[in-house]
Amino acid sequence: MIKIKDIHKYYKMGKSSLHVLKGINFNVEKGELVAIMGSSGSGKSTLLNILGLLDEATEGEYILNNIPIENLNETKAANYRNNLLGFVFQSFNLINYKNALENVALPLYYQGLRKKKRQQIAIEYLEKVGLKDWATHLPSELSGGQKQRVAIARAIASQPKVLLADEPTGALDTKTSYEVMKLIQDLNEEGNTILVVTHEEDIANMCKRIVRLKDGVITEDKKIKQVLAKVD
Amino acid sequence: MNSLKIIFDSDTWQEIFGSIRKNKTRTIITVIGVLWGIFIYITLSGAAKGLDNGFERDFENIAMNSMFVWAQNTSIPYAGFKTGRFPRLKIEDASLLKKRVPEIQYIAPRNAKGVFGGSPAQVVRKARYGSYNVYGDYPVFIKIATKEIYDGGRFLNQEDIDYARKVCVIGERTQKELFEDDENPIGGFIRIDGVYFKVIGVHKYNQGGGFESDSDIFIPFETYRKLYNTGNGVDWFTIAAYDEANPVEVENKIKQTLKRIHKVHPDDKRAFGSFNLGEAFGRIMGFSNGMTFLSLIVGIATILSGVIGIGNILLISVKERTKELGIRRALGATPSEVRMQIILESVFLTTMSGLLGIILGAGILAIINLLTMNSEGFPYTNPTVPIPFVVGALAIMVTLGSLIGLIPAQKAVSIKPIDALREE
Repeated sequence: MIKIKDIHKYYKMGKSSLHVLKGINFNVEKGELVAIMGSSGSGKSTLLNILGLLDEATEGEYILNNIPIENLNETKAANYRNNLLGFVFQSFNLINYKNALENVALPLYYQGLRKKKRQQIAIEYLEKVGLKDWATHLPSELSGGQKQRVAIARAIASQPKVLLADEPTGALDTKTSYEVMKLIQDLNEEGNTILVVTHEEDIANMCKRIVRLKDGVITEDKKIKQVLAKVD
Repeated sequence: MNSLKIIFDSDTWQEIFGSIRKNKTRTIITVIGVLWGIFIYITLSGAAKGLDNGFERDFENIAMNSMFVWAQNTSIPYAGFKTGRFPRLKIEDASLLKKRVPEIQYIAPRNAKGVFGGSPAQVVRKARYGSYNVYGDYPVFIKIATKEIYDGGRFLNQEDIDYARKVCVIGERTQKELFEDDENPIGGFIRIDGVYFKVIGVHKYNQGGGFESDSDIFIPFETYRKLYNTGNGVDWFTIAAYDEANPVEVENKIKQTLKRIHKVHPDDKRAFGSFNLGEAFGRIMGFSNGMTFLSLIVGIATILSGVIGIGNILLISVKERTKELGIRRALGATPSEVRMQIILESVFLTTMSGLLGIILGAGILAIINLLTMNSEGFPYTNPTVPIPFVVGALAIMVTLGSLIGLIPAQKAVSIKPIDALREE
């Protein structure tokens, strides 16, 4: 599903340049649940942004869903993001003046679906994350966990090939974190390919594979025994 | 999605309405900016048009390119004559002038009693009497200054002149003062300075222009000659030039010709006086054209500043919405979709506020019209804004709205989505 080969990323900081990713190689197969771990500054978010086509690698090869990603312009990138990728952010990034249903329906709007169809799908996914009754609520009327579930519903509503989650539990307490992880595990069980960036061991252990990054290189890449998230 | 599809897609508009509704303060401020601009524009140009119409109404009963010429005293000795001579105008001058100044369309010799000094005529009917100005006129006079005659009556005609008939056309006030209310004045007789005249018509008084009033009595020129012993003398000529002629040139030509006929020094500026209505009218029309132009400039400038305001506010709002736009792009909005949304927001806001401004402006114009409807002295009639002006203003607004929208739209897509998402 994802193949990256020798990815480098430099950030220009005035005259000097910062070498953030120093040759990353790894593959993700369909249906995997991968945790990308590392302390802050290890380059894990940069990697995720490159995988999410929000940022471009300075060097290297990236093949997503058998499509070589090269010479991207913004329009192409937007279409790939729309059709192949789903995003979950630490700070939820819901649009604050749209209610839960409208937020979930937004990527479908950019896919060009008609309104009725969009709403039908959006309701379906809200139900999946257990928030059907909250469809008409604005983000400000939802708790952090609920917001993240809406964000997850939005990310998967367009049926992406890969779901990218950047610290999805970073702004949540342990209990809601586990609820969100439970949801992510369930989605993975349905066959979704999911990458989770985190720096919390317990969250990483709920995935099936851990990739550790340190100073822009992969120090460890191992399959683990998944800990199922317990929700009381 | 191509741009046409975006414009006609109801979803696009839902997105736009959504974002407009959620940014109420911004929307209201923006709307007021442009609304005020177009309101000023419509009101000003409507008012200018009203003024224009008002002037035209005041001048409608007199030919636009007409003038009066009369004799005064010479100021330069010439051909053996001393200064201070009064070169009396004669009836024959009319045909000579017409021959030598081909631009003249109509020329009407006129005599009057009671107008320029002198006492008005004493008019008596039965037990009623009054003093009124009396004019000796040719029928051609009404070709220059329109006189509306009430039903059943007529103005003087050529036969009245040929036979020096004792007939007269009286004014509304004359009728009121000399006749009973229920009496038909036509066919009645009045005594002007001791001579009986038959009334053949009552003229409707039109406000504006000259020294005439609602009590004037018009009698045939020939009859006037006999009544007051004026011989060949003419008090003044009322002249209308052809429409395409330049009134100032015609005026000069007429005066030069008169100077030659009456042996007056060619440089004598005092010998003949004149008043050029065409020129005066031209000056007033120039003024009102100036007003129209001014209102156009002011209006467009105000619209422009309103539109720039929209651009400004959209720029701020794009800055405020950086994160939202970043989210949209992470979810798959292409740069052209984002750009289109911002431009359409701008165009929509400008057009809506423009239409509101037009409606409001039209309302104000209607109110002004109602208030000034019956004011005689104020030259203001039917203030309208020509449709091309309105359409033009709308077109300008849509164009400027989309142009100004380009700036924030470009700014919105110039930020990389990843940077936009980091924005807090």
